Amino acid sequence: MIEATGLTKSYGSKTAVYNLNFRVQPGKVTGFLGPNGAGKSTTMRMILGLDAPTNGSVTIGGHQYHQLPNAPRLVGALLDANAKHGGRSARAHLLCLAQLSGIPARRVDEVLDVVGLTQVARKRSKGFSLGMGQRLGIAAALLGDPQVLLFDEPVNGLDPEGIRWVRELMRRLASEGRTVFVSSHLMSEMAQTADHLIVIGRGQLMADLPVRAFIEQNSTGFARVRTPDGDEAGREKLVRALAEAGGQVLAEPEGTLKVTGVELPRISELAHAADVRLWELSPHHASLEEAYMRMTQGAVDYRSSDDQRSGLQAPPQQVPGGWQQPAGPQGGYAPPPLGGYGAPPPAHAAPPHPPHASHQAAAPYRPEDAR
Amino acid sequence: MSPMSRVLLSEWTKIRTVRATLWTLVSALVVTVALGVLISALLNNTFDDLAREDRLTFDPTFISFSGTQLGQLAMIAFGILVVANEYSTGMIRSSLSAVPVRGRLLVAKLAVATALALAVGMVTAFASFLLGQLALGDHRTDLSEPGVLRAVFGTGLYMGLIALFAMGLTWVLRSPLLSFGVQIPFFFMISNILANVPATEKIGDYLPDQAGSRAMAVVDTGGWPYGPWTGLLIMLAWVAAAVLAGWLVLRHRDA
Repeated sequence: MIEATGLTKSYGSKTAVYNLNFRVQPGKVTGFLGPNGAGKSTTMRMILGLDAPTNGSVTIGGHQYHQLPNAPRLVGALLDANAKHGGRSARAHLLCLAQLSGIPARRVDEVLDVVGLTQVARKRSKGFSLGMGQRLGIAAALLGDPQVLLFDEPVNGLDPEGIRWVRELMRRLASEGRTVFVSSHLMSEMAQTADHLIVIGRGQLMADLPVRAFIEQNSTGFARVRTPDGDEAGREKLVRALAEAGGQVLAEPEGTLKVTGVELPRISELAHAADVRLWELSPHHASLEEAYMRMTQGAVDYRSSDDQRSGLQAPPQQVPGGWQQPAGPQGGYAPPPLGGYGAPPPAHAAPPHPPHASHQAAAPYRPEDAR
Repeated sequence: MSPMSRVLLSEWTKIRTVRATLWTLVSALVVTVALGVLISALLNNTFDDLAREDRLTFDPTFISFSGTQLGQLAMIAFGILVVANEYSTGMIRSSLSAVPVRGRLLVAKLAVATALALAVGMVTAFASFLLGQLALGDHRTDLSEPGVLRAVFGTGLYMGLIALFAMGLTWVLRSPLLSFGVQIPFFFMISNILANVPATEKIGDYLPDQAGSRAMAVVDTGGWPYGPWTGLLIMLAWVAAAVLAGWLVLRHRDA
C-alpha cells in the first residue's frame, strides 16, 4: 500500500504538489489522474525517493522508499519510456537494471517475452518507437516481479492493440493482489482500466473515490428528444409542456432537444398528451471526460487561447425551467439573459434583439477566463 | 551476491554495452600514442637545432608522453559520458530506484570506470614510452634509467585520475553539454594558459592537470615548485574534491 500524508513539493516559489493525502490500496488498479503539469510525475518521483518532499511524506507499506529492505524487488516503476540509452540494446538495458537489483539474467528474457520485445531484444533501442519504448519501460518495471507497480502515462504512444494489452496487464497485476498505481491525463482511459481514482489538479487533491462513484456522481443523465422534422409547432408545444412539468429544455443545433429534470416515461406521456409525435426519445449520460474537465477546471496549467472564446459562445447549456423563448430563424431556444426576470439589462429591453446577443449575455462567467 | 558486487557488475555491463563510451577509451590510447611517437620522431630529427639549454635538459621520457595533451581529452570525454549518460537519458531514475543508497551507485560507477580508465591509461603510457623511444633513435632512454619507470606509471595514473576527476565533476554538472563545455576548454586551453602566463603561473602550477603532469617528467627542469609525487598528490586532492562534490550533489539534490 502506498500512503501519502501531507505530501508537498515546492520548487522555489512554485508549488508542484500541495498537501496530498491519499492511499493506494493493493488488489486494485488506482488511476492517478490530472492534467499535464498537475504534479503526477513529481508525486511518483517522491514515492520512489528520487525527489525529496518539501513537507509531509509518502510511504510504501509503512516505509519510506530508501528504507525498504529490498526496494527493487518490492516496487517496480515506469517513469519515462525514453529513459534508456539509445546505443544499448533492449536486452542490455534490462540486464543493467536486473544486475543492479540482483535479478538473474534469465528473468530479462522472461519479461522481454511478456512485453513482446523478444524479436528486437538485441537491436539498439535508438530505433524504437514510443510504443516499443513503453513496452521496454513496462518490462523494466516487471523485472523484480514486484508487489507495488507505478506506471507514469504507460499508454502514451501505444496503438489500440497496445493500449488494450496494457489495460489487461494492469488488471491482471491488480487481480494478483498487487498495488497498481497508474497515472494518466485521460479520463476515458482510466474509466476503463481503474477501480479507484485519485484526481489532482495544480498539485492538489481534487477527488479520491471509486471509479463507479465518480461515474455516478458526475454523469448527470439527460434525455434527447427529437420531434418530426418540419413540425415546428409540435415542437414548441412539447417544449412548453415539458417546461410546465418542471423540465429544463435546451435546443441543440441538430434540432433535437436536450431535456433534464423529467423522467423518460413522463416525457413520453407529456408528448402523448400534447399530441406530438416523437422520432427519438433516448437516455444519455454526460461524458466522464466532461465531468473530469469540470473538476480540474482552473487547475489546468496550459490552456489554449481557443478555450476562452468557447466560453463566450453558448455551449450546450441547460435552460432553467420555464424560460422558453423561441428565437428567430435559427430556431434555437436562447437561454435567458443573466439578469433574469427582475432586471433585464438595457440591451434586452428593446426587442427584437438578435439571438446571438442573448447567447453572449448568457455565457457562464468563469473567473479563470479573465486571467 | 552482495549489494555492492551486483551494482559493480551492472556498472560494468552499462559501460561495455555502449559502443560510444568504449570508443573514447580507444581514441585516448590511439591519439596519445600516435601523437607521442610523431613528436618524438620530430624531435629526433631536429635535435641539433635545439637551444643548448634545451639539449641539456632534454627529457626523452617526457617527450614521448607529449600525446597526453590531446589524448587526455578523450579520457575526460570517457569520464563525462559514463556519468552524464545516466542523466541525459533519464536512466539515473531507474538506477537510483534500484539502488536507493545513492553513494553505492556512485562508488560502483566510479570504481568500474576508473579501473578501466587506469588500465587503458597504463597501456597507453607504456605504449607511448616504448614506441616514443623507438622514434627518438639515439636520444632515447630506457626503463632501467632512474625515474623512468616511475614516470611511465605516473603517466598511466594521470590518465586514470583525469578521467576520475571528470566523473566527479560531471556528477555535479549532470548535463553532458555543460560538462563538455566546461571541462574540455579548461583542460585543452585555459589550464595551459594559466600555467604559462607569468602573472598566473604560481596558481596555474597547482591546477590538477599541471600538477599531475609533473609525474610524467624525469628531468627536473626547475620549472616546478614540487616533485613528481607531490604533483600526483596535488592532483589526487583535486580528484577527491571533485568526487566529494559529486557525492554531495547526488545525495542532496533531486534526481
